[in-house]
Amino acid sequence: MYTQALDIPQQGADKGPKAVENPAYQAEFDAKIDAGGYIEAKDWMPEAYRKTLVRQISQHAHSEIVGMLPEGNWITRAPTLKRKAILLAKVQDEGGHGLYLYAAAETLGVSRDELLDALHTGKAKYSSIFNYPTLTWADIGVIGWLVDGAAIMNQIPLCKCSYGPYARAMVRICKEESFHQRQGYDLLLTMMKGTDEQREMVQDAVNRWWWPSIMMFGPHDKDSVHSGQSARWGIKRISNDDLRQKFVDATVKQAEVLGVTMPDPALQWNAERGHYDYGAIDWDEFWNVVNGHGQGNVDRLAARVKAWEDGAWVRDAALEHERKRAAREDQAA
Amino acid sequence: MTTPNPAPLAAHLEYVTRLGDNALILGQRMSEWCGHAPVLEEDMALGNMSLDLIGQARMLLTHAGKLEGQGRDEDQLAFLRTEMNYRNLTLCELPNADFGRTMVRNFLFASFQVLLWERLLASHDSELAAIAAKSIKEARYHAQHAGDWVVRLGDGTAESHERTQAALDYLWPYTAEFFVVTPSDEAAAAAGIGPAWSELEAAWEAAVVPVLNEATLTVPARTPFKSWGKFGRHSEHLGHLLSEMQYMQRTYPGAQW
Repeated sequence: MYTQALDIPQQGADKGPKAVENPAYQAEFDAKIDAGGYIEAKDWMPEAYRKTLVRQISQHAHSEIVGMLPEGNWITRAPTLKRKAILLAKVQDEGGHGLYLYAAAETLGVSRDELLDALHTGKAKYSSIFNYPTLTWADIGVIGWLVDGAAIMNQIPLCKCSYGPYARAMVRICKEESFHQRQGYDLLLTMMKGTDEQREMVQDAVNRWWWPSIMMFGPHDKDSVHSGQSARWGIKRISNDDLRQKFVDATVKQAEVLGVTMPDPALQWNAERGHYDYGAIDWDEFWNVVNGHGQGNVDRLAARVKAWEDGAWVRDAALEHERKRAAREDQAA
Repeated sequence: MTTPNPAPLAAHLEYVTRLGDNALILGQRMSEWCGHAPVLEEDMALGNMSLDLIGQARMLLTHAGKLEGQGRDEDQLAFLRTEMNYRNLTLCELPNADFGRTMVRNFLFASFQVLLWERLLASHDSELAAIAAKSIKEARYHAQHAGDWVVRLGDGTAESHERTQAALDYLWPYTAEFFVVTPSDEAAAAAGIGPAWSELEAAWEAAVVPVLNEATLTVPARTPFKSWGKFGRHSEHLGHLLSEMQYMQRTYPGAQW
């Protein structure tokens, strides 16, 4: 993923160093942003810029690790060893993305433990796409094609965002996401060449994932609370609606090649605009899922909390062993 | 009870199938951790090791399919055999339980795999020797990774020590199966395919006992307990693992994925 959460307010991300407000520093910061330069971890930055980045990067990191769950749901049932290996590699990549992103957030003065605590206590958000269930093997392909496809659209502009550590993490992530999208599409192409039952499975998965995927770009520009300031800071380069349109235009053609239809009767080419028109998005559903009422919200968070709590004795043991080892070394010296 | 052997295979095929099934079944077990590990780094490490094992299983089962000569590929062997035709060590199919048991199991098994791959580098079966050359690096990493955790957990807190000792007490009896003499092993050894596994016992103990000692764990005494997974007679756990793993192939016979 998965930066849909861009526009979702979050509490609990206000820890870390506070910048001294200083007009001269501010002018220098603004000039750097205007010149398209990168802000680095040691540079002065306005407090609100830092907080926005912590919120956005940590939401993105949380999305990666929560996103391991819906796909992980099919690793043990993958239909062939090759598909099992590909899916394992993909889910492992997502864990890696989580690591780069937590590391990028740490450069802003927050610790991974603090960020995870915000996730586990429900203060921090993650992309609500992962609150939808993965019901059949076709969902694994559709997640690659549509969900990772939407993520790539969202993320490519972030490779040039103004905060250097985030931009550099995103360059690596985008390369891997392109591979994920291709493997998803390849999986679906194989299924579409198969039996009627397989084709029905693909169409059903497209029906369930299409709307949530286009919701990943966030609210319409006119309703987007943070977008204006984020654009000024060079964190957000392209608007939600522009990215969504680009995604729709690209995927409609891919759907034709695949032989599936999108569940939107209003979807049609508009020659005047040079784009596909699409129907009204059900924003009630979007906000319901964002606000905790999706099918998977409770289970996803519970799975993360359980993993963390079940692992507490392991983390304690690692720390205690390290303490003992260091004490023995001191004694020997 | 005499050694069961419900569906005997030719010695060479049996030998390769055992290697492949060990990797397949433990790889499947380890993949269950994905997204549920104690720290993100371990989610990735366990996923990576599962991936290594699935990769080994693919090469070994493809090879087994050729030796069998009935046109079965890696997936037909992985997903469409019945329980008694899997030849993995029982240890590989046991549930993960907690992270401590997972790490002790990985350590005991990977240490054994390292010894096997070392010897298989010189196999007269050139395909098997090539698989060994690739897999030995992976097994060494798995043994190192799990061994480090066994030491940390054994010599960590009182709770972690207790859990890790309990894991070792539970798993240790299953390691006797590694070294049970089998006629097919001896035939494979005589043909230069690979070592009889019974030959590896002393070297395995020499590899694992010092690490268990460093972890302040007590190595259990041998008991009369016997398990027979490598002969095709398994624990109750394998059937459940297979019903999950085989679900798609069984539900949609002949479909391409």
